[in-house]
Amino acid sequence: MGPNLWANADEVAAVILFGVGFTTLLLHKNMIKKIIGLNIMDTAVYLFLAAMGYVDGRLAPIVKDGITDTQWYINPIPSGLVLTGIVVSVSVTALMLSLTIRLYRKYHSLDLDEILIRMQQEEQR
Amino acid sequence: MNVVQNFPCFSIVLCMVAGILSTPMKGKDAKRMTLTAVTLVTLMSLVTLLYVVSTGESFVYTMGKYPAPWGNEIRAGILEAMLATVFALVMLCSLLGGMDHIFRTVEEDKVNLYFILADLLLSSLLAIIYTNDLFTGYVFVEINTIAACGMIMIRRSGRSLIAATRYMVMSLIGSGLFLIGLAMLYDITGHLLMENVHESMERLVEAGQYQIPLLVIISVITVGLAIKSGLYPFHSWMPDAYGYSTISSSAILSGLVSKSYIILLIKIFYRVIGFDIIVRSKIVNVLFVFGLIGMVMGSVSAIMAKDIYRMIAYSSIAQIGYVYMGIGLATEAGMVAAVFHILTHAVTKSLLFLAAKGLNDASGHKRIFPALQGAAFRNPLAGAAFLVGSLSMVGIPMLAGFISKLLFAVAALGAGSNKVLITLIVLAVSTILNAVYFLHTVIRIYTPVQTPREFTNIHVRMSMGAVAAVYCLIILNFGMGLMSQPLTDLIQFGIEMFA
Repeated sequence: MGPNLWANADEVAAVILFGVGFTTLLLHKNMIKKIIGLNIMDTAVYLFLAAMGYVDGRLAPIVKDGITDTQWYINPIPSGLVLTGIVVSVSVTALMLSLTIRLYRKYHSLDLDEILIRMQQEEQR
Repeated sequence: MNVVQNFPCFSIVLCMVAGILSTPMKGKDAKRMTLTAVTLVTLMSLVTLLYVVSTGESFVYTMGKYPAPWGNEIRAGILEAMLATVFALVMLCSLLGGMDHIFRTVEEDKVNLYFILADLLLSSLLAIIYTNDLFTGYVFVEINTIAACGMIMIRRSGRSLIAATRYMVMSLIGSGLFLIGLAMLYDITGHLLMENVHESMERLVEAGQYQIPLLVIISVITVGLAIKSGLYPFHSWMPDAYGYSTISSSAILSGLVSKSYIILLIKIFYRVIGFDIIVRSKIVNVLFVFGLIGMVMGSVSAIMAKDIYRMIAYSSIAQIGYVYMGIGLATEAGMVAAVFHILTHAVTKSLLFLAAKGLNDASGHKRIFPALQGAAFRNPLAGAAFLVGSLSMVGIPMLAGFISKLLFAVAALGAGSNKVLITLIVLAVSTILNAVYFLHTVIRIYTPVQTPREFTNIHVRMSMGAVAAVYCLIILNFGMGLMSQPLTDLIQFGIEMFA
């Protein structure tokens, strides 16, 4: 267990970050903090993917000086996945932010509990 | 290559193109565009289904010029084509049936956006059903979430905004777990296409390597998709999301969107990890237990619900429980029952939502039960539709719901000895609870009003489209109930094709 943990330090860090982001997204009441948690969680996955695809001493997977031998480059697929993932997480973040703006305009609060209370008050009136 | 083999890809692309083209259009034109696209997709899926049934084997369609194991693929077997056909048809009926509600509740300059979202939703549903590549699956799961969230929040009431927020948070947690599961799976197998992952997986299991990571991957992916589909302890967003959005959205979300994640999960179980490995990992037992709890708790909440939409929404939680219970039986018969129930629920729940909307219109747009008294006389077709839907959900013979309950019971008898009794008991209890709230509502809508109120002499006339949609769903319900044998054979054949 010990040496394995050390050899995969990047992945371990990624999983810890994932946990941090996950709990923030799940448990925080504040919308903005939830969104920050979401971004930490997604970024942790990208760190995991990037760390996994990286091979020590090799180049980024862009053909350089006409060398096409794959031995010179790292695995390009994880990098591709990270790029796709970033696009997804940007759009999801944008959607969450727009939801937050709408909620704030309507209820003047970012706190989800507070928003729920105000909604119930409004409905009773 | 046969022309038909292009149809799965065409139908995905067609929906996307229809969505993009709808952007500058007015609401009415966007509506025509979307309805045309969905009809075409239904027909293409049907042709694909007939083609796959006639050849008796699935086909793989390579996307782009790179072959496997690098490129991206679509795979169509019987099950995929059947699900695509039913989903597209239910989508069409839900849109038609709720059309006037869409135009009434959505702001006029935003109506075309609603249809863009519907197009996107259908295209992502189809992509999730057909894809043979895990990461493509993830991307379309996210597109599905975004489109579904948009369909909830497009109605600008405070309730639907909050419902959309809660839906989004739970969905994002689910897809985050799913994504890290995929990343780890790619880490230990080195592939993303389902067949290749499966091959590596078999080698790993044979060599006894990576047992703990494998278990983590299985649980993370399963939990992620279970959260997204609203399995019992993660259901809190469902009643609000289904109860306060536009009626077509409710029908589509409860009938199709939450099911698409279960289908992805079943695909991963069979085609990626291998069903034997899943059964040995015992994760199915977890699904089984939560499915059973969900079956009871969903029905109990539905009995206590105060308005008709929330009641139907809570009933969805119970039905999702049924599906997971079927998966949790860990037998092929259980899986067939689960898939059959996915189809049953898709056709019945959308019918119930459309009927509830019809009854609601006939009661001065009031949704609480007292106002609905006698609504079936004011809107006879909606009343009949609600009756059929309720009886089907309760499980009265000749209707689709009866067959799925029968299949579940038969599957339970074939499952491991410690699951038989508990499944049958919970099935019986849940059926009684279903009967309590559904028949209670049916009796109420068929009770004549004693003291007339201002809305009690309304007689609602539904639009042509809505009438057609309701009839179509009623016929589907009876059809699935009366001709269940060929359908179950097809599902069984389709699941065997998965392996």
